[in-house]
Order: sequence, then C-alpha cells, then structure tokens
Amino acid sequence: MSRVSTSICILLVLGIAIGMAALNLGTDAGSAAHVSTYWISLVGKYLCFAILALALDLVWGFAGILSLGHAAFFALGGYAMGMYLMRQIGTRGVYGNAILPDFMVFLNYKELPWFWHGFDNPAFAILMAMLVPAVLALIFGFFAFRSRVTGVYLSIITQALTFALLLAFFRNDMGFGGNNGLTDFKDMFGYSLQSDATRSGLLVASAIFLVLCLLVARYVVTSRFGQVLIAVRDTESRTRFLGYRPESYKLFVFVLSAIMAGIGGALYVPQVGIINPGEFAPAGSIEAVIWVAVGGRGTLVGAILGAILVNAGKTYLTGAFPEIWLFALGALFILVTLLLPQGVLGLLQSMRGAKS
Amino acid sequence: MSAIGSLLYLDGVSKNFDGFKAINNLSLMLAPGEMRAVIGPNGAGKTTMMDIITGKTRPDEGQVIFGAKTDLTKMDEPAIAALGIGRKFQKPTVFEPLTVWDNLLLALAGDRRPRFTLWARETDEERAKIMNILDTIRLHNNIKARAGDLSHGQKQWLEIGMLLAQEPQLLLVDEPVAGMTDSETEQTAELLREINKTRSVVVVEHDMAFVRALGVKVTVLHEGSVLSEGSIDFVSQDQKVIEVYLGR
Amino acid sequence: MTALRHILAVLLLALALISAPAFEARADDDAADPFAGLTSQSFDDVAQALTALAVSGNKQAGPTVTALQNEALFVTPDMALLIKTDDSYVNARTGEKVADVNEDDLSPVRVNNAVRAAIEAAKGGLDLVSTDVAARAHAAEQLFASHDAAALPLLATALIAEKDAGVRAIMLQAQAAALLSSDTGTEAEQLAAIATLRARGDIESKALLGSLHDKSPAVAAAAAAAISSLNQLEQIWGVAQGVFYGVSLGSVLLLAAAGLAITFGVMGVINMAHGEMVMLGAYTTYTVQSVIASVAPQWAGLSILLSVPLAFLVSGLVGVLIERCMIRFLYGRPLETLLATWGLSLVLQQAIRSIFGSSNRDVLTPAWMAGATRLGGLTITYNRLYIIIFAVIVIAALMAVLRYTALGLRMRAVTQNRRMAAAMGIRTPWIDALTFGLGSGVAGMAGVALSQIDNVSPNLGQSYIIDSFMVVVFGGVGNLWGTVVSAMTLGIVNKFLEPFAGAVLGKIVVLVALILFIQRKPRGMFPLKGRAVEQ
Repeated sequence: MSRVSTSICILLVLGIAIGMAALNLGTDAGSAAHVSTYWISLVGKYLCFAILALALDLVWGFAGILSLGHAAFFALGGYAMGMYLMRQIGTRGVYGNAILPDFMVFLNYKELPWFWHGFDNPAFAILMAMLVPAVLALIFGFFAFRSRVTGVYLSIITQALTFALLLAFFRNDMGFGGNNGLTDFKDMFGYSLQSDATRSGLLVASAIFLVLCLLVARYVVTSRFGQVLIAVRDTESRTRFLGYRPESYKLFVFVLSAIMAGIGGALYVPQVGIINPGEFAPAGSIEAVIWVAVGGRGTLVGAILGAILVNAGKTYLTGAFPEIWLFALGALFILVTLLLPQGVLGLLQSMRGAKS
Repeated sequence: MSAIGSLLYLDGVSKNFDGFKAINNLSLMLAPGEMRAVIGPNGAGKTTMMDIITGKTRPDEGQVIFGAKTDLTKMDEPAIAALGIGRKFQKPTVFEPLTVWDNLLLALAGDRRPRFTLWARETDEERAKIMNILDTIRLHNNIKARAGDLSHGQKQWLEIGMLLAQEPQLLLVDEPVAGMTDSETEQTAELLREINKTRSVVVVEHDMAFVRALGVKVTVLHEGSVLSEGSIDFVSQDQKVIEVYLGR
Repeated sequence: MTALRHILAVLLLALALISAPAFEARADDDAADPFAGLTSQSFDDVAQALTALAVSGNKQAGPTVTALQNEALFVTPDMALLIKTDDSYVNARTGEKVADVNEDDLSPVRVNNAVRAAIEAAKGGLDLVSTDVAARAHAAEQLFASHDAAALPLLATALIAEKDAGVRAIMLQAQAAALLSSDTGTEAEQLAAIATLRARGDIESKALLGSLHDKSPAVAAAAAAAISSLNQLEQIWGVAQGVFYGVSLGSVLLLAAAGLAITFGVMGVINMAHGEMVMLGAYTTYTVQSVIASVAPQWAGLSILLSVPLAFLVSGLVGVLIERCMIRFLYGRPLETLLATWGLSLVLQQAIRSIFGSSNRDVLTPAWMAGATRLGGLTITYNRLYIIIFAVIVIAALMAVLRYTALGLRMRAVTQNRRMAAAMGIRTPWIDALTFGLGSGVAGMAGVALSQIDNVSPNLGQSYIIDSFMVVVFGGVGNLWGTVVSAMTLGIVNKFLEPFAGAVLGKIVVLVALILFIQRKPRGMFPLKGRAVEQ
C-alpha cells in the first residue's frame, strides 16, 4: 500500500505540475484548455505547503514530536529567499538605492547589516534557506531532546519559540523589514517573477522538490533508522534500555525536517511575492498540523494529500463564504481528532480492508 | 565486601522519593554467571533497584559497580545497555507497530548510532542470529506478525528474545511469568535456566513456585533493604521473612 | 524624628492660634498706608507696593489687585485710589462707593510686564491668606515652584496666621526654597532650609538642591549629602515602583493562568481554548454592562461586580459542556486534545466575531476604579491595584475550594488515583466535568479583570494562551503555589527588563529564557516529586 501510494503520489504531483505548466505556456489565453497563471501560482503554493506538511509528518508521524512551531522553519527559509529577491531589486526600488532595500533607506540605514551580506548570491541564499532552519532546529532540538522534554511540553515550547520569532521579526530593528516584511520582488535568477514562464517553472520546481523530499523522507522512515524512530515514538524509554539514544534520532530527524520546511518556504516566497512576520504566527504552525492530521499522520503521502485538500478548501471557502472558514477549520480539527484519527488515508485503507 | 570478582556490586545504596525511602542502604553482590532471584512484597524496592542498576534513577548515595570496575551511577541508560546489561520490564514492552523480526533486528548487538542505522542493510550474519533466537523463543511462525498482535505470553518471550539479541552479560528480568499460564511458566523457567548457562541473570518475581523451580539463591527485599538471603528453603523458614509475608 | 516634627507643628499651630487675633488688630492699626505706592508713577514702586499690599492682610487688597489686573484702578489728583465698577466708582482703600467722580481727572494706574508679574505674585500672596485651605495650599505650591525671594515677607506673614498643618508644611518648604535661591538668611537658616527640602524630596527640591554649589562649604556639603540621600531614596522607590508594575503584570498573568493551573495543572488536560474562556468572560462583562446601561443606568458602576459571578457561570458552563462533549473522549491523548481544543478555540472566536463583530468593544471603567494615588514615591493606579486584589481573592478562593470543600477533596482524589476514587463511590466523570468547569469559570473571571486593561476583541484570549502555559509549566505543573510564584516572577522580570530592552525585546528575552529553563527543568520550579511522576 505504502509503496503503491507513494508512486501514485509522485506521478500525480509531477504529472499535474508539468501538465498545468504545459497548458499554461502552450495554449492561448482564450482557449478552453488554457490554465491561467492564477492557478499555476495557487497550485505552486499548495505544493510548498505540502512540503511543510511532509516535514511535519516526518517529526510528528514518525518521531512523535508534535511541533507547533514548524512554520518558523518555513518562514526562515522564506526570509532567506526573500533577502535574495530583495537584493535583486537593486536600483528598481522606490528609492533607487543599488545596495540597500527600500525599507532600509526608509529606516535610515547607512549600510547593509552584516547578516544581509552574501544574499545577492542565489546559491548562498538557497544554502541559507536550508542552513538557518537547520541550525535553529539543531540548537533547539539539542537542548530539548537531551533534557527529555516530550509530549505537550515540547509542543508548547515549540509554540513559544515561533511566538518569540514572531515578536522579534515584527521589530524594525531586526533588519528584516519589520511589520511589512520583504516584498515588491522583481526577478529571480534573472527571470522576471511576473512572467508566466517563471511561474510555471516555479510550480514545476516545487513539484520536483516535493517529490525529492518525499523520497528522502521515505528512505529515512523505511530504513533501520526509521524503525528505531518508530520505536522511539511509541516506547522511548525501551529504546534507551536497548542502547539507543533517542535524542540523537530525534535531533537528526528534526533537523532534516527543518531543512525541508526551509526549502518549502524558499519556494513559497517567490510564488506569493511576499514574506512577513505573519508567517511565524503560532496559528499557522497549528494549521499545518491539521493538514497532516486530515491526510493521515505517519503516512507521508497523507500529509501531502491533507495539505492540498485543506488549502483547496480554504481557498474556496475564504472566497465564497469568508465567515464560514474559521468555523470549518475549527470543526475540522475537532472532527478529525475525534472521528478520523487515522486521517483520510487511514479511512481509505480501512475501507479497502473491509472490502477484501 | 568488595567489588573485586563480582559482576554486579551494590553497596550502601539509598534512594529517597520525597521522604519515601524506596531503597535504604541496600547492598547486593552478584558473581559472574550467577542467577539470582529477588523477591519481596509490594513496595520493597524491587523495581527501584532495577531502575538504579539500569541508569533510569540516580541513587542518592551508595556504590553501583559493574564488572568490578565500572561505576554505573555516572552513566545513563543507553551507555549502561551498551555495557551489556539488558532489562525486561514487568509489563511486556515491545515495539508494537514493528514486526517480530524487526523487533529482534533492532535489539541485535551492534552500532546504535543514527549514522549507522540510516544506511544499515540486513546482513546474513544478522539473519542467522535472529533465526537462532527465534528457535529459543519459539516464535518462528510469527516472524511477519506485528508485535502488537502477539499474545501476552508471546510478547514476554519476544522481549526475552530481544534481551538475548542484545547479547548482554547480565539480564535483569522483572516478573517474567506474571499473567502466564502454568505451562508457559514452566517453559519460561526452563528458558531462563538455559540463558543462565551463558549469562548472569537477576529475576524479580512474586511467584514462589516459579522461584522454587529456578532453584537459585534468593534475596528477600523489605522496605528497601535486604531482609534475608540464601536458598529458597532457607529464606522461607527465616522468621523475619515469615513475619513480613504473613505477619500482617 | 517624625514625632518631634509633629510636636513642633502642634506648637506652631498653637502659637498661630494665639497670635492670630493680635495680628489682625495690628494690621488695621499700625500699618502705614499699604496703598500709597500704587499712586506712584514709577512701575517699580507700583510693583513693590503690590507685594506689600498682598502681605498686609488688608481686606481691600484683593479687590484692588484684581482691579489693577483688569486695568480698572485709577488715581485721582488728590491721590485717592478708585476702582471702576460697572456703573460707578469705589474707593479702593475703604470699599465705599464714591459719588461725583470727574472722569477727566482720573489717570489709570499703568501696568507693564514687571507689574504684571507683581500682580501674579500678589494674587498668589492673597491666596496665601485666603479662607479656602485648598487655595492656600495651591498658592504655597506656586510660591514653592517660583522660589522667588520676593515672596519671603509674604510667606513669613502668612505663616504666622496659618493654622492648617499641611499648608504650613508647604509654606515652610516654599520659604526654604525662596531662602536658598536668594542669598538671604544665615548659614543655620540655610541648613535648616536644606533639611526641609530634603524632607520634601521631589524633583524640584532636588533641582534646587543641585544649584547650591556656590554657597558656603557647609551649605554646599549639606546640599550634596541631601541629594545623594534623595537619589538613594529615589532608587528604592524606583525599584518599589518596578515591583508594583511587575506584581500588577504578574497578577494579570496569574489570573489568566489560574484556570489553566486547574485544567492543565491538576487534570492534565491541555486546553488550547483556555484563552477563549477568558474572552467569554470579557464579553460577558461587556454584555452585562450594555444591559445595565439600558435597564438601570444608575447602577452602571456596579455592573463589573455583577459580571464576576456571571462570567464564572458562563465560562464554567461552557467548560462543562466542552468536557462532556469533547474532552472526555480524548483523555490520555494529550496531543489530540491539544488539536481538538485548538479547533474549538477557532470556532469560539468566530462565533463571538459573528455575534459581536470583530472590532474592539468598550468596557467602561467604573469611576471607583479610575484614577491613581501616590504612596510615598509610588504611583498606584487604582485599576491595577484592584486587579492585584482581585487576583489574590481568586487564588485564595480557588485554594480554599480545593482544600476545604467536599468537591475539592473529590477533585484531588480523582486526579491522584482515578480508579481508587471510583471504587470509593466518587462519580469520576462528574468530577472531571466540574473540575474542568471550575478551571474554565476561573478563566471567565480573569476575563472580567482583563476587560479593564485590554481590548475586548475576539482575539483577546489568543494573546494570553502562550503566556498562560508558560506560567503553569514554569511554576511546576499541578502546583498552585508554584503558579503564583511563577506568575509574579515572570511579571516582575518582564517589567525590570523593559527599561533596558524595550517591551517587545524584553518579552522575547523572557520567552527564550523560559524555553531554556523548561529544557533544563522540564517539570518547572516546583516539581511534584515521587515515583508516580517518573512513569
């Protein structure tokens, strides 16, 4: 089942992304087969969320770490990419400053803060989009897992972590654009972000990275490492008496997951055109948890499915019935935990089981 | 008493939980290759003793020495497990979502670090070892079964099998026959005696018939310290033991 | 020291009482004409005369000065002073009406800036002998602030007549200030003046004391000593003020966390909708206020008192409902509980938004809770003070309920050993529901308090949920005293960090410190110990 569903998932993700890109670029705007750029960016966004969901499922589903701050890693990856995109604006900004982004000119910065150096180089920015979340996860995880903080305690301090980052990034003094964040991007790797081709390219890139993350995650969880991880998730103390160090296993998978989330964020920012401190909001991280829960925790493919389903629902509801959305989301949390603990994928599985 | 020549040596060990003395000046010595039964009423400190030996609980004072030279009080659980001390819990604790095979595979002695397990492939040697253990614990027909689907007795055996896979020098076994049928109990006693041919064993048990069947030296714990020690016949006629067991 | 000062004040008062009648008599008889200078053509003479007049205690001084201020004072050729009223003239010296005035003969008493200043001073001097205590005190304060040596004779005179000890003290301070800012007075008098200012000890006194470098060495040294002792005192008050702010913030945190200390701390249920229970309490307060405003507006000040029990009931009932319909299916699954209650919090927020709208609602502060008082060097705002008191009452009541009531006993029994409690005939499901209701009800009461200091909006609860969990975890789960200490510690640390780091950065520092602390001691400051907890 798992191998089959993974294959189906990979084919679907790649097929849909490439197909949409082809229909966007290869047909006229008027033709019935045309896929508008709006849809390209929307689906691209969903795929980035799916990467975040996948990252979260890796730690929650397989290591039992319910992180309520995973969007922080996503946002940090996003900021790293945003910084690159800001530097690419150059003299096209409102103030026309070749070095300083607009908000820095506005806030009377005299020179580029040290941590902005290097972000004009795309390779460096991409590296940072993974490295910064990884380092944060490493430091946080090292202390948390070593002192055996588990369960809801861990959840609460991950939430506090992202809350602290939210407050920090809201400050203008941080040098990340404060409240407004980073926006008004022009181009990426030399391609205009407004062009259909770039948008389609980003969609396909998101699909490819999602598939890569899925393959890596699947390798990890099906390896002997993954078996230990599951053992740690269910009976942590027993693994210790067998001589395993649960903290090392959790730390590895936590850092890996943070890197994936960072990649998701880095792909997300050019497609939505903005990154601001709101991405750090604890609510965002918890929403990501429900994507995983809806799809089916501990299945990887389910996380992807859940992220896409819930976000499609959100797009539809916030457009058609804005008041209903929070009711629906809240109800989803309650119903899934009470009635559908295995998620959609689990439901499908048990229905198949019942048939055969 | 001195640690020299012993496999496990506890001297003057005490542990206080919020004013409650779970272990009180406990001293115990186990020779290499020995099997020892530890009995005692509820709250006598049996489980806390196991916790202290395996590094789960740090004693307030006292010495805990393994192999005549290693101080266990400074080490944590994985380090102590790596030294060669295996533990079986009172309630059978196996990795329920994993298959019987995988449970044993994870328990096999070997590199425990993530960088190894991440790339590890099953070797023929590992397979042979697991088959060997399966012979001992009689779970051949359940290789692919989820451990969670096993019966209670089968889980106990699987856990003993996992202990064997660890290849420990010393096994700590907490109430192995609780909840077992009579025939399972007998088989378990036989299994432990078999194991004892190559390894030292400490068995904590309530079941007197089972202890008698083991036929080994018995240590009676009471209120955190040793009340009596000797053969089963000796301790069962010890006046202090009779008082503790029957007097109240 | 204080006792001595009291005795001195009483003695002075007695002296003043005895001498007062004599003084009035003397003013009438002996004084040379205090009005004479006003007829002069020289502005300086007029100004001096005004000061003298104000001190004289003459009954006509007031109307005369007022007339001069309104430019309604005139001089006749025979040096009589007339005040022009609406339709006639009055003799300034006697207050009697004057008939047959030839307006052509009159020349006005002219006013320039110096005279205007003198008028102001004179009016101040006049108020010094006013019959209204508050006016006298105000005038003395004015003189203190101006510390003009010219006012010295004025003060001396006024002091003789002054009977009110409070006003006397201010007058003495004004005298000291005037004395020190001029070069008059002996060294002993100046030293005494420094002592007076030091006793007053406010910013103005300090500024004045700081300007005395070029006085005689003894005086300068005394002033420096006074300043350093005042600085010390100020620091102590500063710390005390910080502690007050900290305790006040701590009380807010404590109120927000108290309910959580029950539901999470005692029951182990992780309720992410806890903040919404607080919010419901705040909206209950708003609703009660609106209803009372339309039904019985005269009781508006009491609506907040009525809100407390109602908020407890509303949030408590919602809590019981939540426990019965949702949480009881999730016992033993903390992470699922977390998610489901988070979902619930979204639903509750949106429901409130649909009913009340998403904008902030105004909850009025009743008059008796508004304002502030000074206590030594402390500024104590009443609403903060009432919140501290309220927090104390709530916690005390909560502890009493847990410790002394049958319900509390059952709650403790169930949380310690559920099966045993059930075996003893306690209906554990009901106790669960009631315990959860109690925790939620306390959160509702917190909402009443928070409605006084925070915006009442659907997001009210969200801003407290992380803080609340931090407080409970930091204090040690299951330990109500730990929660109290933790809330106060966090409140005070936060407030002391603010001056150095700013409010936001201070909060971040506290959060990060808490995260690190929890990683070091996952069971908080005051963990429950024992083997049972280790499992």
